[in-house]
Amino acid sequence: MLTVIAFYLLAGVAVLAAFMVVASRNPVHSVMFLITAFFSAAGLFVLMGAEFLALLLVMVYVGAVAVLFLFVVMMLDVDFVEMKQGFLQYLPIGAVVALVLFVEMVLVGAAYFAGSDDRQPVIDSEKSNLEQIGEVLYTDYAFFFEAAGLVLLVAMIGAIVLTHRTREGVRKQDAMKQMARTRDEAVELVDVAPGEGIGA
Amino acid sequence: MNYQLIAPEILLAFTASLLLGFGVSKTKNRAPLIRNIAIGLLLLYAVLGFVMGSQTGVAFKGAIIADGFSHYVKFFLGVAGAGALLLSKNYLESENLDMFEFSILLMYAVLGMGIMVSSNNLLALYIGVEMQSLALYVMAAFNRDSLRASEAGLKYFVLGAISSGLLLYGISMLYGFTGSMNFGPIADSIAANGATSGVIAGMVFILCGLAFKISAAPFHMWTPDVYEGAPTPVTAFFAGAPKFAAIALIARLLIGPFGGIEDQWQQVIVVLAVLSMVVGAVGALQQTNIKRLMAYSSIANMGFALVPLAAGGEAGIRGMLIYMSIYVITVIGVFACILQMRIRDGMVEQVSDLAGLSNNNRALALILSVFMFSLMGIPPLLGFFGKWFAFAPAFTQGFIWLGIFALVMSVIAAFYYLRIVKVMWFDEAEIEFVKAPQSLRAISSLSVILLFVLILPFTAIPAQSWIAQAAASLF
Repeated sequence: MLTVIAFYLLAGVAVLAAFMVVASRNPVHSVMFLITAFFSAAGLFVLMGAEFLALLLVMVYVGAVAVLFLFVVMMLDVDFVEMKQGFLQYLPIGAVVALVLFVEMVLVGAAYFAGSDDRQPVIDSEKSNLEQIGEVLYTDYAFFFEAAGLVLLVAMIGAIVLTHRTREGVRKQDAMKQMARTRDEAVELVDVAPGEGIGA
Repeated sequence: MNYQLIAPEILLAFTASLLLGFGVSKTKNRAPLIRNIAIGLLLLYAVLGFVMGSQTGVAFKGAIIADGFSHYVKFFLGVAGAGALLLSKNYLESENLDMFEFSILLMYAVLGMGIMVSSNNLLALYIGVEMQSLALYVMAAFNRDSLRASEAGLKYFVLGAISSGLLLYGISMLYGFTGSMNFGPIADSIAANGATSGVIAGMVFILCGLAFKISAAPFHMWTPDVYEGAPTPVTAFFAGAPKFAAIALIARLLIGPFGGIEDQWQQVIVVLAVLSMVVGAVGALQQTNIKRLMAYSSIANMGFALVPLAAGGEAGIRGMLIYMSIYVITVIGVFACILQMRIRDGMVEQVSDLAGLSNNNRALALILSVFMFSLMGIPPLLGFFGKWFAFAPAFTQGFIWLGIFALVMSVIAAFYYLRIVKVMWFDEAEIEFVKAPQSLRAISSLSVILLFVLILPFTAIPAQSWIAQAAASLF
């Protein structure tokens, strides 16, 4: 009973949020609704017993992709009001795409329910799929894991090499320099005669 | 598990990461020091497989394989990487680009190529290809303030991404239809089930993705632009090592997992070879820029190297190995010569800039002429033996028309090599050359010696058996 309620709640929120992504006027709100939709989808995955996919969805899509969108929306000066001009002229092509997707989904669903019984269960052991992935990731797939890490490192080096510029004349705090200063070079002792100051 | 099997890769991965930390930890410019260390490490990488006794076997549950073939190819990868770094010294310093990341990226590129040639698993194959490509994209755009270099990097990146897509699509098809990622089980499955349409589609997609990497026509479009835009030492590296790695990978795929469907892949390789030879030979005729010309020359040479692969068999693999080894050495020599010549406003880029080189710098003109004649395949030089061993399998294994076609195309290609020789020796000089940096001169004379000296080993018994062993280890 509880799972049914949870499913309808999550599914309803997901559909509503997805609708609001396109409907809301403010692009920042759109991204927020997108994150809500991702979260709800992750919840649906948990209900289906695919908790690894759910975590991945939250970490990759919410954690990285959606935040990236947010950065783009907030940092780039894109006039979204202007972009929305003539929005309706895309309605026909949008409707065609939506129709194609709808037909495809109906077909998939129909084939699923009419399908034979030779579908294999995804999990054939008592362990959760998180445990199963964890068991092979650092053993059988250790080489790929490490090598993929190196690929990411290369990508990072590349991004820094191509964008980082050392600018001249930037004042930076250098702790070593500060600490290496001695009293002699920092302080000058002046004998000031009364009433004259050091102005002259 | 025997970690010694991947000792060369472990060496590069660890030291490159260490050098990276060493490079960023100080604001002082450590580029020259890191470059010298990297050159040493790459040379060590080249010979490490042999030093440790040419061990063979598979590591990481069949993901990585070490055999005579991989040791042999890695030797040339390491040497080509070290050569490119040596060549880059003067160029990067004079262009104000001397950053330590260059050496690090090159090391990672060689590491990726090493993974490519030792891969025994589709996932390892893809990771290797991606690692070397990512490093090479950045190296192509290394001179980021130059519009042409940025364009080259971007073009290379976009087309490389497309080729990765093709490769991944083929891999997913192959995995879906054979049920395994490892090459051995894939070969077993193909032997058991024959050439199903899914396997053939997957094979064609994978070969197309890899054809991008060796710039075989019709996947060659990026080559001239990238070669022209990239910094010249980077072009020198592009023309040799990545191609050798990719074609070695193709050979491993064709003999290993696709060994049972020879009649299927033979058509693909023949088409790639014929188109590359035509595009490379005819396309270069109109080029005036040396780097573009070398790009077309490399396309044609890839076509020549594919000829023995199409013929197949052990002789075919041996022919490909000999041809590519000679090509990699020659290309480093040619670019060492090009990098030696400076005219007042920068590097020599146009063929016409070479006019009168024989008066200004007779030694250099002589060396460059030797390389050009070698590329043409004139008998006493090494290039002749490359073509001899490359085309012979085609004649002995029933691809006589392909062998004759390759010969005709190499005659056409001889025209533009001869034109360079003619411009150097018979045209009047228009511009002054600036005196060449000395260290580069050493390299190119060194490679000339290499070129002459190597005639002996390649025809004599020891090196032949070495290569034959490498080729036989695939079967």
